[in-house]
Amino acid sequence: MNEKALIDDEHFEHTLRSEHTEIISPENIVYEKPGTLLDVDMHYCPGCGHGVVHRLLAEVIDEMEIQSEVIGVAPVGCSVLAYNYLNIDMSEAAHGRASAAATGIKRVLPEKYVFSYQGDGDLAAIGTGETIHTCNRGENILIIFINNGIYGMTGGQMAPTTLEGMKSTTSPFGRNVSTMGAPLKITELVAQLPGTQYVTRQSVHKPGNVRKAKKAIQKGFELQKQGGGTCFVEIVSNCPSNWKMTPIESNHWLEDNMLPFYPLGDIKTPNGRK
Amino acid sequence: MKELKLMKGNEALAEAAIRAGCDAYFGYPITPQSEVLEYLSREAEQRTGMVVLQAESEIASINMVYGAAGTGKKIMTSSSSPGISLMQEGISYIACAELPCLLVNVNRGGPGLGTIQPGQGDYFQTVKGGGHGDYRLIVLAPATVQEMADFVKEGFELAFKYRNPVMILTDGALGQMMEKVELFPQQERKFEELAWATTGKSANRQKNAITSLHLKAEQMEEVNIALQKKYKEIEKNEIRYESINCEDADIIITAYGLVARICTKSAQLAREKGIKVGVLRPISLFPFPYDVINKYANKVQGILDVEMNAGQMVEDVRLAVNGKVPVEFYGRMGGVVPDPEEILKVLEEKFVGAAV
Ligand SMILES: Cc1ncc(C[n+]2csc(CCOP(=O)(O)OP(=O)(O)O)c2C)c(N)n1
Ligand code: SF4
Ligand SMILES: [Mg+2]
Repeated sequence: MNEKALIDDEHFEHTLRSEHTEIISPENIVYEKPGTLLDVDMHYCPGCGHGVVHRLLAEVIDEMEIQSEVIGVAPVGCSVLAYNYLNIDMSEAAHGRASAAATGIKRVLPEKYVFSYQGDGDLAAIGTGETIHTCNRGENILIIFINNGIYGMTGGQMAPTTLEGMKSTTSPFGRNVSTMGAPLKITELVAQLPGTQYVTRQSVHKPGNVRKAKKAIQKGFELQKQGGGTCFVEIVSNCPSNWKMTPIESNHWLEDNMLPFYPLGDIKTPNGRK
Repeated sequence: MKELKLMKGNEALAEAAIRAGCDAYFGYPITPQSEVLEYLSREAEQRTGMVVLQAESEIASINMVYGAAGTGKKIMTSSSSPGISLMQEGISYIACAELPCLLVNVNRGGPGLGTIQPGQGDYFQTVKGGGHGDYRLIVLAPATVQEMADFVKEGFELAFKYRNPVMILTDGALGQMMEKVELFPQQERKFEELAWATTGKSANRQKNAITSLHLKAEQMEEVNIALQKKYKEIEKNEIRYESINCEDADIIITAYGLVARICTKSAQLAREKGIKVGVLRPISLFPFPYDVINKYANKVQGILDVEMNAGQMVEDVRLAVNGKVPVEFYGRMGGVVPDPEEILKVLEEKFVGAAV
């Protein structure tokens, strides 16, 4: 909220007048921690998108009242400890294999909601085979794909999604597509497969985008109940630490550099291609 | 009423999985064990509702097993040597997360792509770890098609008793050969909520997490100590072996699986010649029957270990014997199966005339 908004509108007046009203009474609460998000310290760096997406997941699970019916799979990557933050049953899979583990769970507990949560190295490099085949079989799971264009956990190496020219510790002079390959748009790729029913790309770098990302995650769970194939929600995210930027700089950089290459919006919906 | 059938080892194993009430099988084709996946694809779902899924690779299969086994259901996979190599990271995760499941290796000759003929070159991989870190599988080595079936049931029981992966280590010959097998009756597929399993966090319990990650060294050491304690318990309770005419033997042959059967014939031929030979067949390769072999070492003049590899189990036999008597080794490699006469000849060369 900017300063101007604080001083010039009635809101300010109201705040002055109601100095002694009880603002934490339940009817006044406009924002609180979702029950599915545990009250523990997260290890994420300040401003990192992972934390925001965890919160969205928790909100959706709470609002859909499906906490007892959800089983999640955490990846190897910065979100490896997701099971410590979400108050649901979870399994921590080997690097790249989260969608295979999720397949195993969903096949034996088909009535449950199953999701995997994976980074770009996990899902689009070491786990490419599992990603493609899980989507191709149309497993009725939700895949949440956090694309920050980098290997966050291991300290900023090049990911399959690292942009052309982007510097990382293993592309110190910028990604050279002639020797390192071009950034992989795996989301567009899985949208080609008949097994996917809903494929979308969202971001959490601005409040409006956060709201849209939440809707996408919710849709991913809702569609899962009806069967019909894999739901795949990419979230273009940031990694301030390894991009070597402040959180705000990283969000601007994301908008200026990531989004032109990874455009936001639905790529495939159950009613046909968008 | 006895239900007798003439079946291939791989098919008996698959049939036993259905009858044991297995909930899901994830696998990838590889000779000489593809019949397991094929048989289950034909039979399992319509008979018991068991899930059978052909994965895109052995890496995917073992990680599907990881996910599914975390729900506390009866889950299995099978493969042959190269495929089992691919699974090792997943097996290590499963061992650390203490997930019960049944794995089967229909061992073929290696290394590399090797041959589709039978081998025992995966003893070290199976018994000593295979994947990274300090962990153990419970390893059962069948010698007959009957045991191929029986060990499925027993394997699941052990897996759940100890929350530990169990591996049936067999070979391409046992997988492919047909024998008479008495099938145990169909068990009901029933689902029991286990306290640790990830089945959806109900309101009346804490959330469950299946993980092998313990970032603090002290915590990871605690996990290791607990695992080792469990393995000690398994070593105390679960040793299985067969001893064939060892009581009056002057020489004992140690061998596992199919080779033990061949050696039983060699021992019989030896006895016809007046040489008292017995066969000691370890059935559980982990836990290994060290004490049993050690006791026999007090009574015999020597031990001949025979394997279809360059000498792997022989290291455990030597540990067991601890220098008390000579331990000789004879092995064929790369998929070659030794015959009873050649083993007898080796036995005579090594022991008769010299000591006996
Ligand atoms: C088999 C294996 N190879 C490599 C690693 C090391 N490793 C851990 S996380 C990671 C990359 C994670 O990057 P990403 O999936 O993009 O997740 P992020 O941390 O960026 O969220 C790698 C290579 C590992 N743990 N296991
Ligand atoms: S390293 Fe990057 S991805 Fe990982 S927590 Fe920090 S900012 Fe987030
Ligand atoms: Mg990443």
